[in-house]
Amino acid sequence: MVEDAGCSENGTLKPSDSGLSQESRRSFLGVLLGLGVLFVGALLSVPLIRFALFPLLRRTTELKNSSVGELNEFSSLTEPMMRTIQIEQVDGWRKAISEKAVYVTKDSQGQLRVLTSICPHLGCTVPWNKEKNQFTCPCHGGTFTADGTRVSGPSLRGMDSLETSVQDGQLQVRFQYFRQLVSDKEVIG
Amino acid sequence: MHSTHKNESDDPPRPESGLWGWLNRRTGVDDLLRGALYEPIPGGARFAYIFGSGLLFIFLSQIITGVFLALYYVPSADHAHTTVAYITKAVTAGSFLRGLHAYGSSAMVIVLFLHLSQTYVYGAYKGRREILWLSGCVLFGLVMAMAFTGYLLPWDQKAYFATAVGTNAVSEVPWIGESIKRLMRGGTEMGTLTISRFFVAHVFLIPACIFALLASHIFLFRKAGAAGPVDEDPYHPEQKAELFYPRQVLMDLSLTALLIVGLGLLCFFVPMQLGPPANPADAQYVPRPEWYYLPIFQWLKYWHGSAAIIGVLVVPTLLVLAILALPFLDRSVERRPWKRPIAMGAYAFVLFSLVGLGLRSQYLDRHDSGVAQQLARQRAEENEYSHKPFEPELSSASLAAANVTLADPLAAKGKTIFERQSCNACHGDGGVGTAAAPVLIGVGTKLPPDQLAELFKHPTAKMTAGGMPPIDLPPDDVKALIAYVESLK
Repeated sequence: MVEDAGCSENGTLKPSDSGLSQESRRSFLGVLLGLGVLFVGALLSVPLIRFALFPLLRRTTELKNSSVGELNEFSSLTEPMMRTIQIEQVDGWRKAISEKAVYVTKDSQGQLRVLTSICPHLGCTVPWNKEKNQFTCPCHGGTFTADGTRVSGPSLRGMDSLETSVQDGQLQVRFQYFRQLVSDKEVIG
Repeated sequence: MHSTHKNESDDPPRPESGLWGWLNRRTGVDDLLRGALYEPIPGGARFAYIFGSGLLFIFLSQIITGVFLALYYVPSADHAHTTVAYITKAVTAGSFLRGLHAYGSSAMVIVLFLHLSQTYVYGAYKGRREILWLSGCVLFGLVMAMAFTGYLLPWDQKAYFATAVGTNAVSEVPWIGESIKRLMRGGTEMGTLTISRFFVAHVFLIPACIFALLASHIFLFRKAGAAGPVDEDPYHPEQKAELFYPRQVLMDLSLTALLIVGLGLLCFFVPMQLGPPANPADAQYVPRPEWYYLPIFQWLKYWHGSAAIIGVLVVPTLLVLAILALPFLDRSVERRPWKRPIAMGAYAFVLFSLVGLGLRSQYLDRHDSGVAQQLARQRAEENEYSHKPFEPELSSASLAAANVTLADPLAAKGKTIFERQSCNACHGDGGVGTAAAPVLIGVGTKLPPDQLAELFKHPTAKMTAGGMPPIDLPPDDVKALIAYVESLK
């Protein structure tokens, strides 16, 4: 071996060591080092993996709740009231704010209900027809009652209601899109 | 390398059988490992030789963390700061990885300086290692260029103003300085083109050069062989050699372990901060470069007017040339530092000058109460911003939509009609277009208002076929709708 004789100040091996035991000691050290490097490498890759998998483990795109208005504004509601809400859509490090029209109305028990103005048939915006006291879709003539129940027309279901909550006296709504042309309400994003 | 004591029979036996033997027969992996690990070191392993592989480790760490940071980073004046804030404040382990990368650059400069000092003090540039020294000098320059270009990328106040000062300093070079500055900035002022340029340099150009130079540096090192201790002959090593593996490997790994633990603790307990976004209009801001550029920063303060050429061009050029030419100027075979008073004196002089200039800069900042207060304010702002929760950037599309409603009440009315009439059901919100109907953005610039009104009343055959109904609205509403369509740009 190279280390033994001449390199006295650094030499670790005694001349009496046989070649075989040096070799086995060296390969044992090699395995130990290899395992050590693998272990430290694995440890160091933990933050890297967590960093790269962040979009898989957390929601990076989300729709924030939007405020519809003060709760007491809707206490004496007699017919659906149109409100334009601002929807904050977060997409990674950016957000987009868009506006959508919704209707605040009351169901048969008198509970507040927020309807999306998107027709469940083909997605047109449904206006409230005051004279006829019903929603009438301008595209294909679908009609709905004040609480969104289907009356007539090509739509397979009534107008879609949105998830609501009340926070600090504010009526909040979670805007969502629903699949069109099906009889069951199905969220698509 | 005639005097190294290595020969084939000294090496451990080669694997012939088993999985490893097969793998080696197919790939030569054992021969590669053998080549890498059984490098003879004249005079034996020492802690003095650990810095080169320490640098290799930091470089590797910078590549890996850099590639991962690029998963979220966007090199543009609009988004750079937001994306770095997102990395730091929102993404899991983002603050830690960014810290590793940013502190890693400082660690790189420190270990690089130790590596260079060891080479210099040990006279390891002598004899057969001239080109090795030259390639090392170029690598030093490239690493400093990496530090300079990377510093701008977060686009916070500190980064912006330090780079503004740094690129301004370049313009002091006579004749071509102004052109170089504009080339670096991508214009006369700092802006989004500056970020693009610095990003390309930091991520593509300089790393490519470093890869090439590093490969040649390691090749030349193996070609020349390890220098050994100071009493070793620089041309013909005579001392008994010890192989790189295992003892030198262990010593090298001890530095790597120290770097991992040190950087890890630093990133964990002292997270790298991010200041508020760059505000070029801020006239109060006092720019200061990163610590390793302080000596140059201080040095440049002393040279103004007609004398600038000496401080900015003559002295640095002479210094760089002297460093490059060192192995050709210093031809003596004497390597022991105590027998090289001129070389050691020059080293001490440069070292003390650098430290002295850096300390002087710090001293002046501390003793100018105006500057000291402003720097304290900047640190406080940086600290405050770093602790604010992440705020997503408002996309420009929603800003444009908001501006329309603010700017023109008629267009705003048109927007409500557009939505109430379900125009957006087919043409999309804001007229962006859908599969069912074309984009309306820009239509207003192609068609005059009266032609639009005509199309609203009497759509063309093609439009009718696509499902566009004639619009039957009061004239005022049609006017508003046209104003809205005109505003879609």
